[in-house]
Amino acid sequence: MDKSINDQASEGYLKEIQHDLFMTLSWKSRRSKLWLVALFLIIMLGIFAYYRQIKFGLIVTAMRDYTSWGIYISNFVFFVAVSLIGSLMSSILKLTNAKWSTPLTRISEIIAVACIICASIIIIVDMGRPDRFFNVILHGRIQSPIIWDVIVIFTYLIISLLLLYLPLIPDIALCRDHLSSVPKWQRKFYRFLSRGWKSKPEQYKIILKSIRILSIMIIPVAFAIHTITSWLFATTWRPGWDSTNLGPYFVSGAFMVGSAVIVVAMYFIRRNLHLKKYITEKHFDNMGKLLVLLSLVYLYFNINEYLGPAFKMVGVEGEHITELFTGKYAPMYWMVQIFGMILPILVMLPRKGRKPFPMLIVSFFVILGAWFKRFLIVIPSLQHPYLPIQNVDQSYREYFPTWEEWAICAASVAGVLLIITLFMKIFPIIPIWELAEEKGVNKEQIK
Amino acid sequence: MAEKSNSERPGRRKFIKKGMLTGAGALIGSGLVSSCSDEKSGESSEKVKLLTTDGKLVEVDKNQLQHMSMDLATREESRQGIPGSKFVLVVDLSRCKNARKCKIACDEHHNLTPDRPFIKILKMQDNPNSSPYWMPKKCFQCDNPPCVKVCPVGATYKRSDGIVLVDNVRCIGCRFCMAACPYSARVFNWGKPNPPVDREGEVYSPESSSPSLIGTVEKCDFCPDTIRQGKLPPCIPSCPNGALYFGNELDDTVTNGFETERFSELLREKAGYRYMEELGTLPRVYYLPPANRSFPFKDDPSIESS
Repeated sequence: MDKSINDQASEGYLKEIQHDLFMTLSWKSRRSKLWLVALFLIIMLGIFAYYRQIKFGLIVTAMRDYTSWGIYISNFVFFVAVSLIGSLMSSILKLTNAKWSTPLTRISEIIAVACIICASIIIIVDMGRPDRFFNVILHGRIQSPIIWDVIVIFTYLIISLLLLYLPLIPDIALCRDHLSSVPKWQRKFYRFLSRGWKSKPEQYKIILKSIRILSIMIIPVAFAIHTITSWLFATTWRPGWDSTNLGPYFVSGAFMVGSAVIVVAMYFIRRNLHLKKYITEKHFDNMGKLLVLLSLVYLYFNINEYLGPAFKMVGVEGEHITELFTGKYAPMYWMVQIFGMILPILVMLPRKGRKPFPMLIVSFFVILGAWFKRFLIVIPSLQHPYLPIQNVDQSYREYFPTWEEWAICAASVAGVLLIITLFMKIFPIIPIWELAEEKGVNKEQIK
Repeated sequence: MAEKSNSERPGRRKFIKKGMLTGAGALIGSGLVSSCSDEKSGESSEKVKLLTTDGKLVEVDKNQLQHMSMDLATREESRQGIPGSKFVLVVDLSRCKNARKCKIACDEHHNLTPDRPFIKILKMQDNPNSSPYWMPKKCFQCDNPPCVKVCPVGATYKRSDGIVLVDNVRCIGCRFCMAACPYSARVFNWGKPNPPVDREGEVYSPESSSPSLIGTVEKCDFCPDTIRQGKLPPCIPSCPNGALYFGNELDDTVTNGFETERFSELLREKAGYRYMEELGTLPRVYYLPPANRSFPFKDDPSIESS
């Protein structure tokens, strides 16, 4: 008797989650259409800017012989950083049995996939000869850190896609069986992707085992992807990059900005898709604590990164530090350090700061700070070579990105948002079956 | 050695004549001889005397010479160094007065626009109490080259004769080599190259670094194309003050076009050094300190120090 009441309750709960999440798939409001049109227009502008770059060459950018890498590269590093959040939420937290993060795993995994895709695109945009991309495969030299990066990015993308897809299969099966009002292509799509899922015990066994293996595998790959990205800088003969601290410095900054991105995503998904029941204030509170912890770790690596060189002030290394601390990059540097790193610690340490709205604002600062931090890592170093810059046009000394560079970077951000938006239009953004199972629903009954 | 048709690069063919070889030719490896000893096609009464690098005087039919003239190395051939050579450059800083003739000769040879040269003449001052001096700087052709290490596709490579070259047919334009080079030796073709002289039909060779190609990197190449022709790189003889010496480390000789010196003696006597030895890049360019100068330092107001 008790059992059947339980069954009924849990079945009711399953129906409720299913209903709430299916509702998110049918958003046809004017606001959402406007959002898609805006993203589309930004991407079109970026494509036009890239067309001009293809036609005239990288001369349309502000990059020149000394500042030979610009915001394409810093934007690439930014996206790689954000993508690390996938591994943190859906793997590290899961393996430590932090159950509260379950509703956030799919959000973080699609963000990871979208960021990695756009990072790969932006790195091709940065190439002087994108037509020779396949030389990387034909003539690839395993000794070059770029090839390490290509390999590890590809590996991370594949594992992230699998970690997105495998836990999605039971939910796709639910969509296939219960969503009758969707267009025909979408039903076919669900049928194709669900791969004959019938919630059988042996199917769960395979899928759960695969997810577990993958979520362990992704941790070293995630650390590798951003450490190797830091090695693109650390393996060169440049002041400012010549640091053994660069790997952990990059990785800790990556987890921090990734968490801020999750907070922003949580805020808007919860509000616009009416998911307050599933993404609660408790989630914000926990993310806030996590963000404070990650900010403290990042602060530690920042002190490590700058104290030694600033204490010694050796030659060009000292010039580089002086320029960051008191020179032409000083306003940007201190804004980034204060608003992007100190502020989140101060605001989110007290409980009151860990409410959704203040966290949204702080997270915006963290994200902006992280973007400009990568600018500060890439550009000023290049402007301080060992030998003086003389006898060159003024444009060789300065670097102010052109509209084409801004447009392409904006388009890449719009690309990430578009991928996430389209994903949310087709798939439930919160894992229905995992949530139901946590509430005591028998997984074989989820169909 | 390439034996392609002579008509591919009209005007750039230079024949190895007797006189040319006496000074500069002493440096050149054995490559020349092999290229001139091929089968002949026709006979004429006129003979040309040639001095080979091992000191033999040979007589060659003039028709044959024209036919057998040096052509540029292909992309594959230019991956091999000139046998028996390890090229070095010595810059005597006491003789440089910023005449900039080397830079002009280089621009001309590689058909470069003046604003993005391979050779830069830098105004240097080691400390506030010492006098400033001029430092001509090109690619250091490092024996432990950072650019070669980082290149993802092997477009830039180190040869057995010590030269580091760029193959702009393979270069993907990632500019990792530019970031890695501690001496800012590399220039990039950000836009479509705008060569001052129209050299129509010019065939590209990594040994000539010309014509430039959009979206690829280039740099000073020690001119192996002219070395193969038995001549010095154009920057060397163009220096009116004999500040630049070029030669083969294995022969222990360097020449500035006027005087030929023992490489090891020159370094020993004048305390030769390599710029930023501590980076461990092992440059093939040596500097002689700016002591006992030929000219007093005269500033160039157009150069801003940074």
